[in-house]
Amino acid sequence: MTDAEKAPAEEKKPRPEATDASGHPWVQAMRASLPDTIVSAKEFAGQVTVVVQKDQIARAARHLKDEQDFKYCVDVTAVDWKTRTPRFEVVYHFYSFSKNARIRVKCAVADGEEVPSIAAVFLSANWCERETWDMFGIKFSGHPDLRRILTWEGFNGFPLRKDFPLEGIDTGAAVYPEEWPEGGGPSKGDTNRKVVS
Amino acid sequence: MSDEKISQAEKDEAADLAERAKTAAAAAPEAHTLFDVQEMELNFGPQHPSTHGVLRLVLKVDGEKILEAKPDMGYLHRGTEKLFETETYPMGIPHTDRMDYVAAATNNHAFCLAVEKLLGVEIPRRAQLIRVILDELQRLSSHLVWLGTSGIDLGAVTPFWYAFREREQILDFFEEYCGARLTLNCMRIGGLPFDLTAGWTERVSEFISDLPARIDDYEQLLTDNRIWKKRTVGVGVISAEECVEWGLTGPIIRGSGLAWDLRRAQPYECYEELDFVVPTRENGDTYDRYIVRVQEMRQSAKIIRQCLSKLEPGDIRGKVPRVIKPPAEEVYASIESPKGELGFYCVSNGTNKPYRMHVRPPSFINLQALPRLAKGHLVSDLVALIGTIDIVLGEVDR
Repeated sequence: MTDAEKAPAEEKKPRPEATDASGHPWVQAMRASLPDTIVSAKEFAGQVTVVVQKDQIARAARHLKDEQDFKYCVDVTAVDWKTRTPRFEVVYHFYSFSKNARIRVKCAVADGEEVPSIAAVFLSANWCERETWDMFGIKFSGHPDLRRILTWEGFNGFPLRKDFPLEGIDTGAAVYPEEWPEGGGPSKGDTNRKVVS
Repeated sequence: MSDEKISQAEKDEAADLAERAKTAAAAAPEAHTLFDVQEMELNFGPQHPSTHGVLRLVLKVDGEKILEAKPDMGYLHRGTEKLFETETYPMGIPHTDRMDYVAAATNNHAFCLAVEKLLGVEIPRRAQLIRVILDELQRLSSHLVWLGTSGIDLGAVTPFWYAFREREQILDFFEEYCGARLTLNCMRIGGLPFDLTAGWTERVSEFISDLPARIDDYEQLLTDNRIWKKRTVGVGVISAEECVEWGLTGPIIRGSGLAWDLRRAQPYECYEELDFVVPTRENGDTYDRYIVRVQEMRQSAKIIRQCLSKLEPGDIRGKVPRVIKPPAEEVYASIESPKGELGFYCVSNGTNKPYRMHVRPPSFINLQALPRLAKGHLVSDLVALIGTIDIVLGEVDR
């Protein structure tokens, strides 16, 4: 069974690989309009990813919406890279109806840093940014209503950070902020908790 | 909130009320003060039959009129995205069943598509066709649940019994196929877990040929029903431009006149060779969204019929390595779920577990527009609006 499965897998065409996309027309248009914004660009499986400067994200979103017709903000989320500096990556997906295509825009954020909110550019980004704040503790400056959305106000911790324990934390968090410090993770005195890496 | 803040807020509110009562009394000294308080806050849910789960809305109402509606969710938050990170790729599929629990097959499908895109796997033709059949059966059953329950919400109890009769048959098909009725777990990365059982296609095709007549029955009960029209026409009107702005997808955007369907716009599996219409309506109100969904059910029946006629014996699983270790890359894959665009953003770090698996749930994003839709309507219309967005709280909260 395993041999039979393995043999054709080796014959098969190689796995898809990421290629540099700095020559892509969207990337070039963005570079022409907003110089010094783009950090890097790549393409994988037909999907273009552009990494931009954190401070420029709102301007990049505005540019994509107004000048490149990416009118629909599909999603905003983040990835916790834990060992990297800066630690987080905020990920945006935009879709253009006229091009029938998607673009992914990312920016790197350090723990505690704020990202300019794009909720004023795309209404649909409002809750997505709230969710990202709730789950990762990344603040969006200029957001109209940055409250927690899936957990409750007063919850101490950011569940999707890699150092947040899978089994959860004591929800006494809301009652004893001095014991469960701001920023999440297990408290200092607690040695009985596994940390998911 | 600390105690001081609460007491301060209480004091402010009391002062505010006293102030308003005073002005009201000055304006109409004869009137009974109890009914002169114009605005009040009302908790709608989380335990309310029309919220289809555990959605809480904090309403600011003036009599029956809604001034503001603030959704409050998270009662069903189970940390699905965190769970994905701790288990191997195939182990993630059952978790997706529990997100949109009235449309598990489409959830499975979107999850598998994301991982397959990352791996660059090709799906055998038979598996593609069966996936499309399962998807469309699931769309039918999801729309039937929607039809029945949103009918009940507005006082039309009869369609519920008809809709659930048909849904029961669809669930029987699922049970026969994979042993489960709701949490199906009916797809695998690279294909399907099982082939179809003997006689399944005949039974499905018999059901499908009956279906248009049954949809006629539902339409007879609702489409020209004066009460139904009074409750839905002109309620929650939203334009196509606003839909794009709010990120609304699925039947909502099509009800506003934009014929955007991912099955047509960015076809996956074998949708590009299938003949179906993307139904649209112009007005963008609750009634139009109802019509769009009913038309979609007819189209689903058409799609299933085509797929059944194309089915030929063959493989149901592509060439997938036994241990799934995608390259360290990221990918976003989305499908047209019954509620709208359901996407998975998958980040791999080259191990056998996803480093990050984010879900773009249609219900969550669509729910965001509820305050916009509800503003200025009556509390009883809110029930119609929650129904028309067609949310599933398992997917909103994940």
